[in-house]
Parts: sequence; structure tokens; C-alpha cells
Amino acid sequence: MIELEGLTKRYGEKVAVDGLTCTVRPGIVTGFLGPNGAGKSTTMRMMLGLDRPSAGDVRIDGQHYDRLRDPLKYIGALLDAKGMHGGRSAFNHLLCLAQSNGIPRSRVHEVLDTVGLTGVAKKKAKGFSLGMGQRLGIAGALLGDPRILMFDEPVNGLDPEGIHWIRNLMKSLAAQGRTVFVSSHLMSEMALTADHLVVIGQGRLLADTSMADFIAQNSRTYVRVRSPQRERLLDVLHGAGITVVAAGDGALEVDDGKAEHIGELAAEHHLVLHELSPQQASLEEAFMQLTAESVEYHAHTDAPPEQPWGAGWTRS
Amino acid sequence: MSTPQPQSPQAAPAWQAAPGPSYAPAGPGYTSPIPIVPTHLGHAVASEWTKIRSVRSTMWTLGVFVLLVVGIGLLAGAVVSSSTSEGDLGDQTALSFGFFGILLGSMCIITLGVLTTASEYGTGMIRTTMVACPSRGRVLAAKAVVFFAVAFVVTLLSAGFVAVVHVGMLDQARRPTGEEWLKATVGVSLYVALLGLLSLAVGSIIRHSAGAITIMIGVLLAPLVIAIFMFSSSLEKLREALFQYSIPNQLGVFYAASLSESGPSGWDPLWIALGVTAVVLGAAFALLEKRDV
Repeated sequence: MIELEGLTKRYGEKVAVDGLTCTVRPGIVTGFLGPNGAGKSTTMRMMLGLDRPSAGDVRIDGQHYDRLRDPLKYIGALLDAKGMHGGRSAFNHLLCLAQSNGIPRSRVHEVLDTVGLTGVAKKKAKGFSLGMGQRLGIAGALLGDPRILMFDEPVNGLDPEGIHWIRNLMKSLAAQGRTVFVSSHLMSEMALTADHLVVIGQGRLLADTSMADFIAQNSRTYVRVRSPQRERLLDVLHGAGITVVAAGDGALEVDDGKAEHIGELAAEHHLVLHELSPQQASLEEAFMQLTAESVEYHAHTDAPPEQPWGAGWTRS
Repeated sequence: MSTPQPQSPQAAPAWQAAPGPSYAPAGPGYTSPIPIVPTHLGHAVASEWTKIRSVRSTMWTLGVFVLLVVGIGLLAGAVVSSSTSEGDLGDQTALSFGFFGILLGSMCIITLGVLTTASEYGTGMIRTTMVACPSRGRVLAAKAVVFFAVAFVVTLLSAGFVAVVHVGMLDQARRPTGEEWLKATVGVSLYVALLGLLSLAVGSIIRHSAGAITIMIGVLLAPLVIAIFMFSSSLEKLREALFQYSIPNQLGVFYAASLSESGPSGWDPLWIALGVTAVVLGAAFALLEKRDV
């Protein structure tokens, strides 16, 4: 279990993490989601005692990280795939980590086998692809057979087979009763792995909810309708008491409508339909809506700004 | 550890049996079959020893060091032996010709010292290291112990070998006394290893290999070079001090080959190096605790 309490990190004027309070529970995969620059990595570094919090507290099973006497048996962490010396072989990289925590040498062979790197154990890490580096990092995380696992963007650079492997790995680790905390900026990835979600934006907590609740709350279902007789269709739908939203491309969107019902209505009134399709807003959209306010590095769209320059600086 | 679980990460994934997320209250948590060992400095030292022996830069810097010390030493010995006759060397002992190799070789030790700490920042390894051992002071202490031992042993073997060969080769020179032997082998090795330890501390403070190496080469050579070009007589005192306390001159003290008659003598250079290294290493410890990794 990991407990964050009012965790704050300031770099000069800039607040990277702002009063974050949440609990990461064992037995489930907790997704840590946020756009780039939201403070995910900073939070994880503070959890691991790498960065000192400006305020607040992190406790690992009730203890501070730097008070753990054999940390690798408590927490295994994959921070980034580059956290190793390129000139050292995979085996020696893991061996020096194992030795620092009194973990037997045989365990190094075991984890190399688990991540499928036994064949390249004697090869230097700098010759590894991004995916192999990621696997070596995961091997390091598994080394102490820890109760808590923390992965920062683990699927980065992995091929589909590797992504599938790590998803199953995380789920099986959680099923063994371990705490699994995984960060990502991809909602779609989290939807497949995480049971619980912690969403942050600009360092602040935006949501702390179960995945099922998040899906229920945020996935809008609607029916998309297109017809050459748009005006008459609108009248018919209004007549039936159905609220319609006009979509940008001339189509109509009916919230919470049943496609069958709309189709029957149209047939009754002899209306031609070119499209009648039930839709579900993607979780990615829901995530983007949730974090839209807090995305730090926007790509500029072509549309001219509606507000005068600088108007968005004042927060409501 | 009363109920060790046979499950390991590669065991059959239990989640397949129960598809879909489960929000049931979490279990008691996972207990690993790996025994819990309270870690101490010994573990960190073992880890740092694996690190230092498993990268090529160690082999390169130490290889070049041995080559310079032994190669230049033997060359100097051969030249002196062939071009001097009885009495030319006066009061000099044969040991003093080991100086040239050690002076150049010390740059390799400086480089290795810096790399021991700074290279971890360059590669990102430092985060992995500090996660594995959150006691930052212990990491730096282990690095210092391992590096100092390696640097001292390698210098002692190289310098000792050269000294023995020189004394055997140059029978025209005066026989060295016991203390002279000690200074030219153990003394100079301790001094060079301390110089390396200073570099290790500077590397930990600067966190950048090239920057820290440049600083240390500057510390090694700049005072002497600057002093050479101080012609003004009003700077005479400063010039003298720079000469006396420049590292090459202090190295020379171990070989009784000092540039000036005053200034550090005997074992003084060792105490000076010890003091400076202690202060800088202390600063490195303090900064390591204070800064983010």
C-alpha cells in the first residue's frame, strides 16, 4: 500500500505536484494517468525517495522509503528504460542491484528468464533495443519479488507482443495480492489493464475512481443519424420528444437514443436515412475532456483564438 | 516468513480464472519467499565492486595507468642507465625516476575517480542505484571504499614494480633508505589514491563526467603552469607558493625531487591531500543528501 498525503513539489515558482492525496491499494492495478508534464514522473520519484517533497508525505506500508532496509523487497520500480549503464551486461546490471539488497545470485537468472532475456544476459545493455531495455528494467523491478511494483510508462517502445506480455504480467502480479501502480498518458492502455484510476493534471488530483465508475460516468452513448431530409427528421424527432444535437458535418446526434426507435420513427414518416449508427464516445475523449483544462503543452490548432491573448491566464 | 507462497511472477496468472476487474477488498498482500536481509554497507560495497569491475572504462583507465607508470618508468630507467656513469647521480636514489610515470598516470586515476560517481548521472543509472539503496550516504561511502582500494592497490603494484626495477637497474645511484622505499611506494600510492578520491567527490558534486575531469586536470596542472609564467617580481611570493603546493611538486616530495627547498616536505603532501579530500568528500555527502537525484 502506498499513501500520498498532500504531496507537493515546487521547482522555484513552478508547482510540479500540488497537494496530491491518494492511496494505492494492494491486489489491483492502479493506473496513474495524466497528460505529458502533469507531474506523474515527479510523483513517482518522490515516492521512491529520489526527489525530496516540498511538502507532504509518502508512506510505503506505513514507512518512509528511505527507512526501508531492503527496499527492493518492498518496491520494484521501472522508472525509465535508460536507468542503466550501457557498458554493463544485463547480468551484471542485475547482479549489482541484487547484491546491494542481499538478494541471492540465483534470483538474477530467474528474473532474466521471466522477462525473456536469458539469451542476451552477457550482452551489453547499450546494444539493446528500447523494448529489451524496458524488459531489463522490469527484470530489475521484479528482482526482489516485491510487494509493490511501480512502472513509469512501461509500454513505451514495446512491440504489440511485448505490450500484451506486460499487461498480463501486471494483472497477474496484482492478482497475487501485490500493489501495482502504473503510469501512462494513454487512456486506452489503462482501460485494458487498470482496475482503479488516479488522474492528475498540472500536478493536481483530477479523479480517483474505479475504472468501472470512470467508464460509466464518462462514456457517452449516442446514436448518429444522417438523412437528406434533415429538417423533417428534426421535426419528427422533436415531435417524439427526443433531444437532438447537431453534429458538425450535417449529421445529428441523439443522446441516449435507441437506434431501433429512431429507425422505426423514420420509417413511419417515410424518411430516408443514410446513416443510423449507435456510437460510444471513447475513453480517450473522456480523458481528454477531463484533462483539457490542465494540458500544459498544447499543440496549436489552426482555428483563431476566440479569446484575446492572455485571457486564459486567469483561473476561474 | 511462516507462510511462504510458492507463487512467483512467472507462475500461472490467476487473473485468467476471474476475468474482469475485481473490486473486492484487497487481500492481505503478497509475501515473497525471498528471505528478508537487513542490508548494510557490506552489501553496497559488494554492489559497487561489481559495478566497477563490469565496465570497460575501468579496464581502460587502469590499463593506461599501468602502461604509463611502468612504460615511462622503464624508459626513464633505461635512458638514465645508459647515459650516466658512476657518480653522475650524486645523492639521488634510483627511486626518483618513478616520478614521471606516476605524474602522467595520475590523470588516469583522476578520470576513473570522476567516472565512478559522475557516469551514473550521465547514464541515469543513479536513479536505479538510489532506489535499490535509499541510504545515499551509504552509496557514496561504498563507492569511496571500493574506488580507494582499487586505486591504491593498482598504484602500489605499478609503483612498487617500477621501484624494484629501477633500484636493480641503476646501481650507480645511492641505495635508498627504508623510509625512502616506503615513501616511493606506499606513500605515493596513498597520495594518488587520495587524488582519485578527491576526483570521485568532485564527480559526485558536479554530476558531469567531462566537467569534473576538466576541473580535476585543472587542479592538477594549472597552479604549476600559471606559476611558470609569473614573471613579475611582485608576484614572487605567490609564484613560490603555487610551485610548492602544486600537485606535481607535492608528488615529487615523495621522491625527494621537489622543485624548491622550502614548502611541504616529508609526509606533508599526504596530510594536505587527506585534509582537502576530507573536506570535499564531506561536501559531497552533504550535497547528496540535500539534492534531488
